[in-house]
Amino acid sequence: MTAAPHIFRTFDEELASLAKRIAAMGGHAERMVDHAVASLVHADPDLARQVIADDLVLDEAQREIDDRAVIIIARRQPVAADLREVIGAIRIASDLERVGDLGKSVAKRVVAVRDFLPPVSLFRGLQTLSELALEQLKGVLDVYASREAVKIAALRERDGGIDAMYTSLFRELLTYMMEDPRNITPCTHLLFCAKNIERIGDHATNIAETVYYVITGDQMPLERQKDDRSHRVVMPAPAVPDGDRS
Amino acid sequence: MLRREWPTLAIVAGGGLVAALAPSAAPFVLAGTVLALGAWLLVRHEDAPPRPAAGLPVSAGPDSAPRISARDLAAAVPYPLVIFEETSAIAYANDAAQEAFGPLQDGMSLLLKFRAPEMQELIGALTAGQVADGAVEYGERFPVESAYRVTGGAIGAGNRLFFLLFKDQSETRRIDRMRSDFIANASHELRTPLASISGFLETLRGPARNDPAARERFLSIMQEQTARMSRLIDDLLSLSRLEMRSHARPAGTVDLRQLLESVADTLAPLSGDLGVVVERDFPEDALLVQGDRDELFQVFANLLENACKYGQSGGRVVVSMSKAGEPPEACVTVRDFGPGIAEEHIPRLTERFYRINAESSRAQKGTGLGLAIVKHILTRHHGRLAIRSTVGEGAAFSVWLPLK
Repeated sequence: MTAAPHIFRTFDEELASLAKRIAAMGGHAERMVDHAVASLVHADPDLARQVIADDLVLDEAQREIDDRAVIIIARRQPVAADLREVIGAIRIASDLERVGDLGKSVAKRVVAVRDFLPPVSLFRGLQTLSELALEQLKGVLDVYASREAVKIAALRERDGGIDAMYTSLFRELLTYMMEDPRNITPCTHLLFCAKNIERIGDHATNIAETVYYVITGDQMPLERQKDDRSHRVVMPAPAVPDGDRS
Repeated sequence: MLRREWPTLAIVAGGGLVAALAPSAAPFVLAGTVLALGAWLLVRHEDAPPRPAAGLPVSAGPDSAPRISARDLAAAVPYPLVIFEETSAIAYANDAAQEAFGPLQDGMSLLLKFRAPEMQELIGALTAGQVADGAVEYGERFPVESAYRVTGGAIGAGNRLFFLLFKDQSETRRIDRMRSDFIANASHELRTPLASISGFLETLRGPARNDPAARERFLSIMQEQTARMSRLIDDLLSLSRLEMRSHARPAGTVDLRQLLESVADTLAPLSGDLGVVVERDFPEDALLVQGDRDELFQVFANLLENACKYGQSGGRVVVSMSKAGEPPEACVTVRDFGPGIAEEHIPRLTERFYRINAESSRAQKGTGLGLAIVKHILTRHHGRLAIRSTVGEGAAFSVWLPLK
């Protein structure tokens, strides 16, 4: 992981295998989120059950990474880049574990919204939101592999797109709830799903910051502002007479 | 480490090539090639002169046999091919692999890059010395959707080198997807005009049978609806076609300045009819980007057409072009001064059939696919679309494209 190998080759191997465990965990998390949203959109309870079961893999992986990291710290007393590598692994693992939990929470709601038939645009919106979040997650994990810290800034910028999308879905769901009180139950579940996916994007951003720190040794500047405006939405505003832009 | 293994490598790469060309027989051909040529190599070895100390056996034999470098051969394989060590560190990734999976530096762990559980299993099994049975499906969704069938194996015996060969399945996958998407989209979007036509037909045969004025009016509405349906089908087809080829980045060179001049000229009649003045703010020198001219033409034509139609009330549209950002990219902005777009709609504009206002969209003969097409083309060009707008002040659509 570091530029120069250590005198103890096993130390290098331990660090490398820690990174590999993180990557494997990342792969599982990506898969879970992907399947969770697919099970929601296609109303597929079997796939949802599989996602829920998969969460266990991530929980175990996180514990294992924590244990290994603690052992490395105790045995090797790493400093500088090595220490960042180990601390980074602990932090990334806990973010990925949360991603898995959020994916599971989406999958759990599949049964509750199965009979709800919203307009196509809503599911399309949810899919776009999850694509944005997954692209973000894939991007940071790719940087973790390639160590190209320069790419991180652009990734973090993009989180704004997820927030804007979430706010838009929030409004749309409110509209459906106001149209018909029978929509309230499924729409509330879908609202949580959207929120969970948005949170996955936040965890990806956290991982991006950790990865940046691991690679460069510097913290990322605190320039990013949360741009999720859903807390300000009180009721859906009437559409601006503007026309569609397509 | 790799160098010493070059001859074997060359053979296996060749075997891989054969295997890739005949996927059904892949395992046999692959194993056969490795075995046969491995044996040949052994025999060859005995009567070959001693290797030079530097160990660069780029020649396959001392006599008339052609000189083949394994690296060249691996590079010549038209499919992504990655060679890696026991530690899963990459020893060599050919150009096709670099193109498909982004930067794959030598020494980087393969397990860090290919994180899908199946791939982890495959790589783990190979490096543990097991023979992988069958192929693994591997797909990536970003930046463009792709799907591969991955086969792997050991290179020679006891070399501790392994390979992964990716056979591109994206096209097949996309055709399947396109078919189901097309049906879903088409059936959903064509239902409305169809329902209205059949309603009018019923009225024409019933209550309005003897009412010439109503008949004329209904027939003209029906004509409008069929025109809408055919526009919709045209757009759906063009989007589907684009989606099918979306994996490869176009290789041509396009001069944006010249392209935009011709877009603006082509749309001059439309902007003239709408009473919109198109202002051009272009730099002195040419801006060259990598891309397909026709597709980029469609991007800017769609954006300019939208700006003229929906920003008509502003009376003018500014098309500007510059080099910006770090690293520098080409940025083309189409800005209108119309009513603008409310912020909740902005992130969703590129979704298919997303409409801010169905009425006005219909009046402008929109199909709900224009910006989806724009986004697709830009993804294929490694570009992106940024939309900024303030209600009441107009909207700005910026296209960012990497410079050539």
